[in-house]
Amino acid sequence: MTTLASKEETSKEEVAHDSHHPDYRMFGLAAFLIADGMTFAGFFAAYLTYKAVNPLLPDAIYELELPLPTLNTILLLVSSATFHRAGTALKKDDSKKCQRWLLITASLGLAFLASQMFEYFTLPFGLTDNLYASTFYALTGFHGLHVTLGAIMIFIVWWQARSPDGRVTSKNQFPLEAAELYWHFVDGIWVILFIILYLL
Amino acid sequence: MTISIPPTSQQSTESLQPKGWLRYFSFSLDHKVIGLQYLVCGFIFYLIGGALASAIRVELTSPISDFMARDVYNQVLTLHGTIMIFLWIVPVVNGAFGNYLIPFYVGARDMAFPRLNAVAFWLIPPAGLLLISSYFITGAAQSGWTAYPPLSITTAEAGQIIWILSVLLLGGSSIFGGINFIATILKLRRPGLKLMQLPMYCWAMLGTSVLVVLSTPVLAGTLVLLSFDIVAHTGFFNPVLGGNVIVYQHLFWFYSHPAVYIMVLPAFGLVSEILPVHCRKPLFGYPTMVYSIMAIVVLGLVVWAHHMFTSGTPPWMRLFFTIATAFIAVPTGIKFFNWVATLWGGRISLNSAILFSCGFIVNFVLGGITGVALAQVPFDVHVHDTYFVVAHFHYIVYGGSVFVIFASIYHWYPKFTGRMLDENLGRFHFLITFIGFNLCFAPQHWLGLNGMPRRVAEYDPQFTFINQLSSVGALLMAVSTLPFLWNVFHSAFKGRIAGDNPWEALTPEWLTSSPPPIENWVGEAPLVSEPYGYGMRKIKQKVDPTEEDLGGNSK
Amino acid sequence: MPKSSAILIIFLSIALLAGGVWIGQNINLLPVDASANAPVYDELFKVLFTIGTILFVGMVGLVVYSLIKFRKRPGQTGDGLPIEGNLPLEILWTAVPAIVILFVGIYSYDIYDRMGGMQPLQHEMHDHENALTTQRIWGGIGSGTVEATTVSSITPLMIDVTAMQFAFLFHYPKGDILSGELHVPTGQVITMKMESKDVIHAFWVPEFRLKQDVIPGQPTILSFTPTRPGRYPIICAELCGPYHGGMRSTVVVESPEEYEDWFRKNSKDAVSVT
Ligand code: HEA
Ligand code: HEA
Ligand code: CUA
Ligand SMILES: [Cu+2]
Repeated sequence: MTTLASKEETSKEEVAHDSHHPDYRMFGLAAFLIADGMTFAGFFAAYLTYKAVNPLLPDAIYELELPLPTLNTILLLVSSATFHRAGTALKKDDSKKCQRWLLITASLGLAFLASQMFEYFTLPFGLTDNLYASTFYALTGFHGLHVTLGAIMIFIVWWQARSPDGRVTSKNQFPLEAAELYWHFVDGIWVILFIILYLL
Repeated sequence: MTISIPPTSQQSTESLQPKGWLRYFSFSLDHKVIGLQYLVCGFIFYLIGGALASAIRVELTSPISDFMARDVYNQVLTLHGTIMIFLWIVPVVNGAFGNYLIPFYVGARDMAFPRLNAVAFWLIPPAGLLLISSYFITGAAQSGWTAYPPLSITTAEAGQIIWILSVLLLGGSSIFGGINFIATILKLRRPGLKLMQLPMYCWAMLGTSVLVVLSTPVLAGTLVLLSFDIVAHTGFFNPVLGGNVIVYQHLFWFYSHPAVYIMVLPAFGLVSEILPVHCRKPLFGYPTMVYSIMAIVVLGLVVWAHHMFTSGTPPWMRLFFTIATAFIAVPTGIKFFNWVATLWGGRISLNSAILFSCGFIVNFVLGGITGVALAQVPFDVHVHDTYFVVAHFHYIVYGGSVFVIFASIYHWYPKFTGRMLDENLGRFHFLITFIGFNLCFAPQHWLGLNGMPRRVAEYDPQFTFINQLSSVGALLMAVSTLPFLWNVFHSAFKGRIAGDNPWEALTPEWLTSSPPPIENWVGEAPLVSEPYGYGMRKIKQKVDPTEEDLGGNSK
Repeated sequence: MPKSSAILIIFLSIALLAGGVWIGQNINLLPVDASANAPVYDELFKVLFTIGTILFVGMVGLVVYSLIKFRKRPGQTGDGLPIEGNLPLEILWTAVPAIVILFVGIYSYDIYDRMGGMQPLQHEMHDHENALTTQRIWGGIGSGTVEATTVSSITPLMIDVTAMQFAFLFHYPKGDILSGELHVPTGQVITMKMESKDVIHAFWVPEFRLKQDVIPGQPTILSFTPTRPGRYPIICAELCGPYHGGMRSTVVVESPEEYEDWFRKNSKDAVSVT
C-alpha cells in the first residue's frame, strides 16, 4: 500500500488546502439548504392547498394576531444584519467585536424563540384543534427548530472565535460563514412563512 | 456535520482505519470501500426482498388466501416494495456504483465529503434492520409502499411508525449522497477536464442527484406529518378531523415519481459506460444523450399526478399530466435509439455484460411503452391499481435497473477484485433470468386488463392458471440467482486473474491497477478527454501523461 | 447502399407496420364490453397496442440483428467504426416519437372527452334534494352519455354509493332502495355519487372500463351507460385493509323491463321508474 503522502502532491488537493474557504464545503451546505427549503416548500404547498379546498369547519377557531409575529420578523431581520457585522469583524481579525456581534445575533434569535413560545401559549387553539391549527404549529414549529439549531451553532462559533488564534479566525472563516448562510436561510424562510401564514 | 471538517482531517483518521477485508466492516472513508459496502449490503436486501416476492408468488398460486394470513400478505407486499426500492435499487445504482466510479471519472482521489459519505452509507443497515425487525416486533406496516392515509393512520400503527422512521433514515442517506455527488462532479473535477468530456454516468448521476435533492425532502416532510397524524392525532390527512387525503398523494408522488428516475437514470448511465467498451465503438450521440438526461430531470419533476388519475383530480390537471408524462418518452427514446446506434456496426463481444445490457434495452422498451399507455387518462382509469401496473413497473425496475446492475457487476467485477467472473456461467445466468423474468411478468399485463387488482391475496379463480404461470417464472428468477452467487464467490478466490484492464477500456477507472490503490492512481490522475474514443487512432496520446505510472501495479 | 438491401429494408418495414396493425386489431386482450364507453376505450386500446407492437418488435429486431450481425467473430481484433453521432438521424428519432406522442395525446384526449371525462362535474347533482349541491364534488368520469344519448332518457338514474371496510352499499334515492348488489337497466345513464366511510376504496367494473376512487370526506362521481345485459364483478381496486381482496360485489345489467320488476319488488315507496 502506498502511503497517503502522495495524496498531498496533487495540485487539486493543494488548492483545497491553501484557499481559506474551500468553496465546495459552502457549496455542499448550499445544496443542503436547497433540500431543506424543499421540505418547507412541501409544507407551504400543503397549507395553501388546504386553504384552497378545505374550508374551516363551522365551529373551528383559527385566528392569528399580527403584532407579535411582526415583531418576530423584525427581530430576525435585524439578526441577519448583526450576523453580517460579525462576519466583517472576523475578516478584520477583530475577534472581540466578532464575538460581541455573534452574541447579539444569538440573543435576537433567543428573543424570537421566547416570543414564539409566548404566542403559542396565548393562541386560542391547540395542535389538534383543527386542520389549520395543526398546519400552523407544524410549520412554525419546524421553523422554530431551525432557529434553535442556528442559535446553538452561533454559540459554538462564538466559543471558537474567542481569541485571535482560536479555531475560527480570518484564516478559517468557514464555521462562521456556514452558520451565517444557514441563519440567512432561516430568516428568509421566516419571511415567506410570515407572508403565507399571517398575511394571506 | 461534515461542514466542520477541515479538508485535511481525512488523512489522520485514514491511518487508523483497519486494513484488508476488515475495512469493509468499518467506518471507512475510502469511496471504493463505501461503494462495495453499498453493493453488498444492497444485494443482501435484494435477497430478502426477493424471498418476500417469492412468498407473494407462492400465495398467488391459488385463488384463496391460504399460504399466509391476509394481514401478513399486506405486510409482506409492503416490505417487498419498500425493501426493493429504498434498500436495493436506490442505494445500489446510486450509492454503490456512484461512489465507486464517480471519483475515478472526475479524476479525484475521493468524494468531496468522505465522512458524510460514510455516514450516508451507515444509515442504511440500521434503517433496513429496523424495517425488517418491525415484522417480528409489532407487525410491519400494511398499507403498501405508498402508505396512503387514512389506511396508514388506522392500521398497524406501530409498524407504520417504524416504517416511517426507516424511510426517513433512508431518505436522509440518499440526500447526503446526492449532495456529495453534486459537489464531487461539479467541484472536484480534475483541472483540464471539461464537463462535456465526462463519462455519461457522471451526467446521469448529476441529474439524479438534482432530483434527489429537490424531491426527497418533500417526502421526508410528508412522512413527518403522517407520523403526527398517527402519534399526535393531528388531522393533516385524516378526513375525520377535517384533513385531506389527496394532499398526501400529491406530496408523496412529488417524491415518488422522480424516485423512479432516481432508480433508472443511473442505470442509463451505467449502460452508456458498458456498451461502448464491449462494442468497441464510441457512444453514439454524446451531446444529445446529455441533453436528454436534463430533459428527463425537468419533465420528471412535473408529472407526478399520473399516479392519481382516479383520485378525483380535476380534468385540466389530468390533461396536463397526461401530456407531460407521455413526452418523457421523447428524451428517453433518444437514449434508446442512440444505444442501438452504438451497437450498430460495432465489434460486439457477446459476453454477460452485453447480454444483460441488451436484455435491459428490450425489457425497458416494453415497460416504457406500457408506461406511455398508462399515461393516457382514459386508458389508466381501467388498469390503474391492477396487475397491468405491476407488470409495467417490474418491466422497468427489474427488467431495467436490476438487469443493469447485473450487467455492471459482470463489467466491473474485474476492477473490484482483480479477477474475472466465469463468462459461461454468466451467460447461463442471463438466460434463466431473462426467461424467468418474462414468464413471470408478461402474463401479468393480461391479468390486469382482465380484472385482477393488485395487492390482493385472493382473486377470481378464472385467473388461477395465469398466476401459476407467473409464479413459475418467479421460481426461475429465484433459481437464477444461485449460479450468480456461486460465480461471485467462487471467482473471488479461484477466478482467472484479470490484469489491470481486461476489457481494454478507455474510461479512467481502468487506467490503474485492479483493484485500484487507495489513492486511485499512483501518481497523477490521467486526463481522459475521449472516454469513448474506440477505433480512433488519435486517442492513444491523449491519455495523459505518464503512461508508465498508469499501468503500474501497486501490489 | 446496394439496391437489394434497400428493397429488403423497405419490405421489412412494411411487414413490421402491417404485422403491428394486424396484431393490434386482431388480438383481443380485453374482457367483453358492457358499457357505452367500453367500445370507445377499446378503440384507443387497439391504437395503443398497434403502436406499441410496432415499436417493440422494431426495437427488439434492431437489437437482435445488431447482436448477430456485428458480433465479434473468433480471431477478429480491432475496434468497430468510430462513428460518434449523426445529426439528421438524431433529429429524425426525436421528431418521430414526438409526433407519435402528440398524436396519441390528442387522440386519447378525444377519447376521454367522448367518455365524458372532460365535463364539469358540479352541476351533475342539481336534482338531489339535500344540500349536496353546495358540496364540492371531486373528479370522476363525468356523464357517460357518449353515443347512448339517443337510446336513453337524458335524466340520469342517481345512485348513492357508500364504500366501507369491506363492502359496497348502493342506495337508490328514488324508491329508497338499499342494496348490496348494483342493478342497472341497459341504455340508461347512471350517475353515482360515491363516498367512503373509512379508508379509500375504488369502484371498478372491468367490463365497463371504468374506475373511480371512493374517498372519505370527498365525494366523487362516476357516470356510465350500461349496454350489455349480464352479471359483472364490482371490484375494490384500492388497498383498504386485510380483506381488500374480498371486497367484491356484482353489477347486474338487465333490460329496462327486468330492472323495473326488480325495482318494484324492492322499492319502499311505490314510485315507478319512468
Ligand atoms: C424505474 C422506474 C420507473 C420508470 C423509469 C418509469 C417510467 C415511466 N412510467 Fe412508470 N411506474 C413505476 C416505475 C417506473 N416508471 C412504478 C414503480 C409505478 C407504480 C407505483 C405504484 O403505484 O406502486 C409506476 C406507475 C406508472 C403510472 C401510474 C399507473 C397507475 O398506477 O395507474 C404511469 C402513468 O402514467 C406510469 C408511466 C410511466 C411513463 C410514461 C414512463 C416513461 O418514463 C417511459 C419512457 C420510455 C419509453 C417510452 C421507452 C423508450 C422510448 C422509445 C423507444 C421511443 C419511442 C416511444 C414512443 C413514441 C412511445 N408509470
Ligand atoms: C424495485 C424493485 C423491485 C424488484 C427488483 C422486484 C422484484 C420482484 N417482484 Fe416486486 N414489487 C415492487 C418492486 C420490485 N419488485 C414494488 C414497488 C411493488 C409494489 C408494492 C406495493 O404494492 O406496495 C411490488 C409488488 C410486487 C407484486 C404485487 C403484489 C401485489 O400487488 O399483491 C408481485 C407479485 O407478483 C411482485 C413480484 C416480484 C417478483 C417475483 C420479483 C423477483 O424479481 C424477485 C427475484 C429475486 C429473488 C427470488 C431473490 C433471490 C433468490 C434467493 C434469495 C434464493 C432464495 C429464494 C427463495 C427462498 C424462494 N412484486
Ligand atoms: Cu376496499 Cu379495497
Ligand atoms: Cu410515475
